[in-house]
Amino acid sequence: MSVRSDYTLHHPRWLRVRVSTYWWLRRGSYLAFILREFSSVFVAWFVVYLLLVVRAVTQGPVSYDELLRWSATPIVLVVNLVTLLFVVYHAVTWFNLAPQAMVVKVGATRVPGFLIALSNYAAWVVVSAALAWLLVS
Amino acid sequence: MARQTIEPLLWIMFSAGGVLAALFLPILVLLFGVAYPFGWVAPPAHDRLLSLIAHPLTRLGVFAFCLLSLIHGAHRLRYTLYDGLQIKHLNEVINAMCYGGAIATSIWGAYLLWNVASP
Repeated sequence: MSVRSDYTLHHPRWLRVRVSTYWWLRRGSYLAFILREFSSVFVAWFVVYLLLVVRAVTQGPVSYDELLRWSATPIVLVVNLVTLLFVVYHAVTWFNLAPQAMVVKVGATRVPGFLIALSNYAAWVVVSAALAWLLVS
Repeated sequence: MARQTIEPLLWIMFSAGGVLAALFLPILVLLFGVAYPFGWVAPPAHDRLLSLIAHPLTRLGVFAFCLLSLIHGAHRLRYTLYDGLQIKHLNEVINAMCYGGAIATSIWGAYLLWNVASP
């Protein structure tokens, strides 16, 4: 925004209420929001984990076995259990928000929100079943 | 201003990555992170998993999945740090670390996926 040089803005002290750094602990809904946002860290972690799987598989059967044994160590196991909780939380909140983000129209009528959410959940089931079928020996 | 032109693209990649992460990650975490280590189901044999990963379409798909999910995560983390910790004065550092980390990890992923040799 440009300000004309011959015009001086009246600039009183701003009224700014200090918000605590821990504002997200004040209410359940705030905490739910920040936990949902925090799922991003676990998404990133598991992408890295999957790339480690790719690397181990490329290196050979010995590395692959080592990775499988490493995945059963307590720390990795706990991290991945927490990761599972967070990615499921991400998925559920994401699909529940889909009706607000997607406006689908058939002719002039808008497709009701629950149908959009339902189709997202259906896609989730199909993708999960397909991957389980591919990856369970 | 470069940021004004790239912001819509970041939001599109955020959404695409969010959809992919929501569809693919829960089952992958359940299998690789929980079910295999606990021994609930047997992990795929090495040669089977290798032939699956070695397929060009799988590699392309895995790369797209990684790139978009990482951008999704970076974008979300950026705004979480921005709002949650109110450290707006560190905006440039946060951006560089979030998107830089996502891009660096994607490049590493591309390198790994490029080097997968067919069995």
